[in-house]
Parts: sequence; C-alpha cells; structure tokens
Amino acid sequence: MTELYPVQLTVNGMAYARTIEPRLLLSDFLRHELGLTGTHVGCEHGSCGACTVLMDGQAVRSCILFAVQADGHEITTVEGLAANSARLHPLQEAFRAAHGLQCGYCTPGFLMTLIPFLEENPTPSEAEIRDALSGNICRCTGYQNIVDAVLKVEIGD
Amino acid sequence: MATRYFGQPIKRNEDPRLLTGQATFTDDVHLPEMLHVAFYRSPYAHARIRAVHTEAARAMPGVVAVYTADDLGAYWQPGPLLVPPPPVKEIIFNPRMQVPLARDKVRFVGEPVAVVVAENRYLAEDAAEQIHLDVEVLPAVVDLEQALTPAAALVHDDLDQNLNAHVIQRKGDYTRARQQADIIIQRKLRYDRGTAAALENRGIVAHWEARNQQMTIWDTTQAPIPIRNGLAGMLGLSEKQVRVIAPFIGGGFGPKIMMFYQEEVLLPWISMRLNRPVKWIEDRQENFYATTQERGQVHWAEMALTRDGKILGVKDVFLHDAGAYAPYGLTVALNSQCTLLGQYDVAHYYSEFTSVFTTKPIVTPYRGAGRQHGVFVMERLLDIAAKELDIDRVEMRRRNLIPPDKFPYSNEIIYQDFAPLTYDSGNYLPALARAVEMIDYERFLREEQPRLRAAGKHVGLGIVTYVEGTGIGPYEGAKVTVEASGRVSVATGIGTQGQGHFTSFAQIVADQLGVTPEQVRLVTGDTAEFYWGAGTFASRGAVVAGNAIHAAALAVRRKILKKASDELEVDEEDLELVDGAVRVKGSPQTAIKLGDLAVRANPMRGAVKPGTEPGLEATDYFGPERGATASGVHAMIVEVDPETMMIEILRYVVVHDCGAVINPMILEGQIHGGVAQGIGNAFYEQLVFDEHGQLLNASFMDYLLPTADTVPRIETDHVETRSPLNPLGIKGAGEAGAIPVGPLFAQAIEDALHDANLEILEIPLSPSRLYELVAEAK
Repeated sequence: MTELYPVQLTVNGMAYARTIEPRLLLSDFLRHELGLTGTHVGCEHGSCGACTVLMDGQAVRSCILFAVQADGHEITTVEGLAANSARLHPLQEAFRAAHGLQCGYCTPGFLMTLIPFLEENPTPSEAEIRDALSGNICRCTGYQNIVDAVLKVEIGD
Repeated sequence: MATRYFGQPIKRNEDPRLLTGQATFTDDVHLPEMLHVAFYRSPYAHARIRAVHTEAARAMPGVVAVYTADDLGAYWQPGPLLVPPPPVKEIIFNPRMQVPLARDKVRFVGEPVAVVVAENRYLAEDAAEQIHLDVEVLPAVVDLEQALTPAAALVHDDLDQNLNAHVIQRKGDYTRARQQADIIIQRKLRYDRGTAAALENRGIVAHWEARNQQMTIWDTTQAPIPIRNGLAGMLGLSEKQVRVIAPFIGGGFGPKIMMFYQEEVLLPWISMRLNRPVKWIEDRQENFYATTQERGQVHWAEMALTRDGKILGVKDVFLHDAGAYAPYGLTVALNSQCTLLGQYDVAHYYSEFTSVFTTKPIVTPYRGAGRQHGVFVMERLLDIAAKELDIDRVEMRRRNLIPPDKFPYSNEIIYQDFAPLTYDSGNYLPALARAVEMIDYERFLREEQPRLRAAGKHVGLGIVTYVEGTGIGPYEGAKVTVEASGRVSVATGIGTQGQGHFTSFAQIVADQLGVTPEQVRLVTGDTAEFYWGAGTFASRGAVVAGNAIHAAALAVRRKILKKASDELEVDEEDLELVDGAVRVKGSPQTAIKLGDLAVRANPMRGAVKPGTEPGLEATDYFGPERGATASGVHAMIVEVDPETMMIEILRYVVVHDCGAVINPMILEGQIHGGVAQGIGNAFYEQLVFDEHGQLLNASFMDYLLPTADTVPRIETDHVETRSPLNPLGIKGAGEAGAIPVGPLFAQAIEDALHDANLEILEIPLSPSRLYELVAEAK
C-alpha cells in the first residue's frame, strides 16, 4: 500500500489537515476529500482550465497538481468568491448580467482565471481579455458574453 | 395588464448556484459506501476475442469485483433500437446495437470489455491496467468508400456486407429536370468526423437500496424519462422503483441523449449486484472513444439549372458512416437528406443514401445532427453554379428562395420525425437582405476588397443560408402548481444542459399567473417530479416543453380565475392576475394573494362541491403535428495568411428567424455557442483515425477546440416569422448557429484566395489542409 503523507493547507480561509496518498490530485482532494465540488474537471490534462483555482493568489490547474504540492499553501476555490449565493462577487454578478455562462461547467475555471488577471490589469482591452482567457475552454457561449462580462465588470475594494 | 416577461432578456434564475459552485453535477454526488468503477476498453478497432484475463486485476488491492460479458448472464443484451426506420418504400435497414461488454468481438477502439469495481477510482484504474485481452486482430474498416467493397472485413459477421441502411427519397422527377437543364454541376464532397466535446464528460451514479427496493440513478442524460423506462425493463423493476435524475449537466449537444450507453446499463446492475452505490465518471480520453461522435459522409451531388440560375433539380447520393453500431437509427442521415434543399424552391429532388458500418465509435446526433452536411452540399453547388453562370452569389440565392406565399411548403419526403417534410412557415428574403446590409456586401465587393487586394491582403466574404427543422414531437408535459407561499413550481420531464430553461420556462408561466420569473421554481430532469416525456434534443425543448408549460399554466390560470370568482363573488372577466394576486380590475384593493387562494383551494375541513380538484394545480401536454422550420443567414469576412494559411475572422453576422423569441439574451447565447462549434467544425476540429482505426488525437492537446482568441464577435439580428404549429409561435434555435458554418468558410476562403483557383469540397479544413489544397490547385 502506498505511503501516506500529512498535508496542512488553507482553503477559502479554512485550515485543513489531512493524511493523503502522494498521487492524489489537488482537484480530487478539493472535490472529494473536502467536498468543494464547485471546482470542475474537464480534461484531466491541464488543457481546458475548468479546474483552475488560486494557489497563493496565482491561477493554477488543480488537475495537474498533486494535493501534496499544496502543502503549506493557501488555496481559493470558486466557493471562496462570494459570501453566499444571494450576494455575488462583482465578477460573478457581471457574468450573470452579460449571460456569460450557459451550462456553467467551465464557469468556475473562468472566474478563477480572471481574478488574478483583473488584479493585475483592472481595465483590460478586449484583446487582452481574449488572450487571458485563451487557455480556458467554454463549449457553450462562444466566449463573447464572457468577454463582455469582463469588459463591464467593476471590482471595488 | 401585467408585465409581460415573454420576449424580455431576463437574467437567469439558475446562475447564482452555477456561479458559486453550488449546482449539483453528477460527479458531485457523493454517497456513503460508494464504490468506483473503471472500464477496460478495447485497444483494437476490430478483433476476435479469445480470452479476457482478469485474475491479476481481481487480486489488486481495493478491488471489489471485476466483470466481463460472461458474468452478465441474461442481462447481456444488445441495447434497444432508439429510433425505428422511417416509413419509406423499399428501405433496407439492418439495425445492430451496442452490447454492454464486448463478448466475441470488439468493433471499435474504446469499446468496453471489462469493468472493475473498487474502493476508489485510483484503485479501479490500477486494476483495469492489469487486465489482458487475448485476441485475433482483424482488419479495420475505416474508409467509408471501402466499407462496402468485397475486400472489406465484416463488422457484423451475420451481415453479408457492412450495410446498415439504404434509403431513397424522391420529390418530382429529377431525370426530367436534368433533361431540361442548360447546365449540370457535379461534385464529390466530403464531411469528416468531429466530437461534441461537452466540457463535462459523461457520468453515472447508481444507488440500489435493497431495504426499500428503490433504484436511484444520477445520469448525465438529456432524456431521463426514456432512460428510466428502459432501465426499469432491463433490471426487472417497476418504473416506479426507478428514479433517474439528470442534475445540472455540463453541456449535452446530442451525445448525452437517451443512448443506453454501455456504462449507463451496467452501473445500475452492478449496484444491485453489490448492494452498494457505484459511480463512474468518464475521463476525457474515454470521451473521445466511448461517447458517440458525428459526421463522416461522402456525397456525389449534382444540380441541374437553367442558364439564368434557376434550380431545376438536385440529385444527391451519399455514404454515411454509422460507426460500429447504429442504435439511433437513421436520424443523422435523414437530417442530411431532408435539410439539403434548404431555403430553395426545388421541384425535383432525388436523394439516395447508404449507411455503412465501420470499426469506429458510434455515430449519433451532435448539434446540427447531419443538417450541416446537406447544407454544405447545397450551398457549395450553388456557389459553383454561380461562378459557372457568372451570376452574383447572393442573386443566385435570391432567385431560388421559396417565396413567402408558398408556405406551408412541402418537400414531399419524410423527415426524421416521420412526418412529411413540410416547412410550416418562413420568410427568407428579408433575412437575406438584412444580412447583405449588415455585412455591407455591395460596398465590400466594390470598394473594400479591391483596396485590400491592392494592399496585398487576402480577404474574402462568405454568405450562406440554411433551414433547421426544429421542435419535433412526439410530446412533452408539465405540471404547474401554485404553492401556499405564493410561489409557483413547475415540473417537466426534459433534461437541461445550459439552455436556460429555469428562466425561459419561468417567463412563460409568469405571464399567465401574474408573478415574476424569480417566483417560479422549475424542476427538470427528475423522473420523480414528472412521469411522462421524451427529452431534450432536436431543438425541441423550448417548442414542445415550452408549449406544454404554457398549456399547464393556462389551465392553472383558469382555476385561479374560477376560484377567485367564487371567493370574491365577481365575474371572471372582471378579474386580473397581477403582482402575485388576483384582483378586481379597477379596484385593486379587492384582491386575494395567489398563496391564500391556493390554501383556500385545499381546505382541511368542511365539504367541497362534487368534482372539485384540490389546489391550484394542473398538468397538461403538448404535441405538435410536425416540426417547425427555423431559418437564417450567416455572413462573414475572413482574412487568410497565404503563407501560414492561418485565418482571422474580421466580421461574423447572423440573421436568424426562430419565430417568437422567449428570451433574446438566451437566444443570442445559443447562436454564439452554435457558431463557435461551427467554427471549430469548419476549421479546427477533426477526429483523425489511422488505417488501423486508431484515433490519433484523443486529447485537448491534439483535438483543437475554438478558444476566446479564435472565435470572433458575432453580430446578430432577427426576423420573426411565427410558427402556426404551436400557440406560442416559437421555433427551436439550439442548432442553428452550428449548421451553415462549413460552406460559409469554404466560400469565404475561396474568395480570400481568389487567385489560387481553389474549390473547397471538404470540411473540416485546417491551415495545413488548406495549404495542401492550394498546392494541389496550382
């Protein structure tokens, strides 16, 4: 049987300690060990971006990281964006207003990709937005309404 | 008059849950004691099985069970034929359906051979790797045009050739039309395979509870009710013992239809056998093989015309690749056959297709579902004829459009719903004129293009038309209930995969009951909530379920008015439903809240009049006599880099007519998404099989999906020709965006590379394929 490793990490501000197999993917750890199923898995090979989460504020693909690599780090998932479903994060609100989601499966990955991008570049051009999103696949929207959501979003403090 | 929500761009009810990660998708279902399943799939396209060695896998840690075909006993049966053959004379039809686990032969790479059940998915996959398949490898059947030759290996040994079906349909007399023609255009055209690639792969959780003899199945299906009915029969259970839930689904696009996929059939059986919940979630690589695919046709087509460009007749003979099994009947090929004539008034049509078995994944409808093939053939022939006759391509189309006074227009052949192919309504010229105006056709050709060409740029324009048969029967139903809280609940049987049903259907109900869409809670895709129905496919959800919901809401409205009339002692005609209450017109203080009325309609004491039904609730159904025909025009301007053959789409215009529009925001989203898939299909996506039937690009690294930097901004406009076939006047819109993009690309790229003397007769293209075509044309 594989050796187990202890990990300690923070997810959406909560501290977790678990003992896990080294091969356990971060996406599976978040979804199935912690029950944070808002992070979705679309390709398991780092191509589609659906599983994007923040690690220490940087967008990473949780399907190609092992959970043990997150040991000692701070993770933010889509569940950490809004206080509750009645009070959305401005980016989530912008997605809703612009109809930037249809089936919603890729949406958490888009949101988590955009959070650090908009921190760095709060008023991006359309070309910059399209470039920033070019590593995330959406099969429903044709991207236009996602781009419009980002063009219209205003993230305050 | 109450606020009218129908036609308004209402923000979606479902979005907050989806945006915050609180929507349940199938893989989010977690049950105590749940086991996990992995499949061992054939690595060969075609082979005779000598033995399946599972001993090593059974001995692996955490493995609970390993099953092969031999373990299934009487449960091993080919899947059901989902769509019977159409009532066409002299049809040949050899149905062959997929089996739960391959027994004697494997017929495509990825076909399930054995299934491993283990304590977690990692262990299940470890064990699956230890399974060994002993086979005699047989020649693969890959090339469509070789599949019927005597040298081809037989995919199904009991057939004397790889013939799935042969169908001829006729309108008028093409031979006569041909004799009268001034010009005949003949071409061979190809359309190759692609995959839907919904971002959520398939998945199933099956939970048999022996104590209360109840089976619950979470399934990424577009059609939970047929799946419930079918699985109940297979498992020997009553339909009431089986509950199928299609929760939030991450894109459907066709392949998640009521397939009775091997995994779908096996998981419930395993759960009953082990008396534990079991889960299988498809991974992306499996999705490339094990989920059904589409396209793969070769057409030999000809068009007979007069000198002034009037189409006299069309003849089309084509081969259709069914894949290894053909559970979905002839829907895709019939759609190609029945969509080909498009918006054009063609008196004589001869169409003959042969559907063949190959050793490739199963073909079933994917967004467009064969319609794009027909449109590709027709639009290409028109372009070529226009060139030959030196007629402007828009004028060429204009001369042949069905005039508005000819509707309903009969094409005299049988459609996929087995009703005669009759377009219910349409008005094609205004949409074409609008697209010409939006893309600035005349000015582009007269000024812009010469200027760009002089500057050394290769910029071309494309403009094509299409029709989309939508909203086919048989029927859907809905139950609408006013609850004591004043909120309204609606249940319908179809599944939902992102189309915005929670909102558009709520808008329909809100208008009838005088509430807001936010006060309407919709349940779809749960067989415990609604018993009857077919499913979400063929752009039918809004048309068929939408009208059923409308009918049920009207029935509840009548009950509300009657009850309120009794309670308030006012004539029904003097009442109105506004702001969640029934009130007297002109005297708004005399009112009863809907919730209060619902309580009064469900008394706990006293007596009711004979025949009184409790509550403010009604169930109703809608079934159209036949489908409603939507239509549209796409136009684009594209720049081609003649060295790399990379393209940039400079403008993309869609003018669309789907009758009355429930929610224009949602409709536009459907069009955007369809166009993006069409662009992928036309220029980026292609499933590449080698001569052994091995898929060479089964990952998102190798199969290119359009991304935010390749899909352009799409400019849309609408023409509204209401369908007379349903009370709401709506037509479906789900597939429209994807249908005409192939011929649009072909025409625009030919125009951009005008000096290359190029004739594009195949889709998909790619930069490298385009490079080859240009080299060949030199």
